[in-house]
Amino acid sequence: MLPDKTDIARQFIEAIPHSRALGMNLTEIGDGVAEITMAYDARLIGDPETGVIHGGAVSALMDTCGGAAVMSHPSAPAGTATIGLRIDYMRAATPGQTITARAVCHHITRSVAFVRATATDEDTDRPVATATGTFTVEQT
Amino acid sequence: MDRRPPEPVQVVKQRRDTALHALVGGVPYVQFLGIRFERRGDELTAVLPYDNKLIGNPLLPAIHGGVTAAFLEVTSIITLSWAWLWSDIESGALNLVDLEAGKLPRLPKTIDFSTDYLRTGLPRDAYARARVTRSGRRYAFVHAAAWQDNHDRPIAECSAHFLMPPQ
Repeated sequence: MLPDKTDIARQFIEAIPHSRALGMNLTEIGDGVAEITMAYDARLIGDPETGVIHGGAVSALMDTCGGAAVMSHPSAPAGTATIGLRIDYMRAATPGQTITARAVCHHITRSVAFVRATATDEDTDRPVATATGTFTVEQT
Repeated sequence: MDRRPPEPVQVVKQRRDTALHALVGGVPYVQFLGIRFERRGDELTAVLPYDNKLIGNPLLPAIHGGVTAAFLEVTSIITLSWAWLWSDIESGALNLVDLEAGKLPRLPKTIDFSTDYLRTGLPRDAYARARVTRSGRRYAFVHAAAWQDNHDRPIAECSAHFLMPPQ
């Protein structure tokens, strides 16, 4: 693992205006694994009756986390963009709780990176959502 | 044969626009992204005005992939809910006073959501329309596409499944 690449990835994530707007916080990165948290925020509510966060905000978290995992892979791609992302929503995230996404870039070729991701709230045994994604690999 | 006179056009429009406004305005996340909906009869077009907080890649710059996915998901849920509520809006069975007071009917829940990123989202306004391919008693199937300058050059498409609220 190249620590300078990891630092670049962290700076890159934290400089993203939309990640900031959603209050994303990078808690772990390296070796093709990334973990990002997103605190509960009333602006992100999708169902005003229950206060449950909108699926779209979870999508944004999963997408960012997947991209971060690709960027932190030891093969060190120069850049990445999402090709496709599929998310399964297993249950509503509990209102008031932080959502944590963890993505693993489990395979990478010269052109494509393959990612699996999971999102949980404080009940880490029961995932809120899982995702699989494919990302581009930009060569240096 | 019993034939009612047609309703005045402004009454019809007001009822539909009030229902749509309540449906869209009641969701904080839709307001957070700044999404609004334009209506032609029952056809809806979602509009996402450009804003710096939507940027995902400051170097290009490009709209965040998560924003694009969220935009398609919002378009899908609102269009599906709208189609599902349409007959009750038209018949007057849906109480508009309750709706305006924020008492929304139960909305469909996303089961799964798959996005294809076709082109980079540029720093400008985006538009989207969804098509409900089947809306059953329990499950619904929706496709949506988003574009910017050219309708024929979509930036992203999605395919999604929803669990319908109990009738």
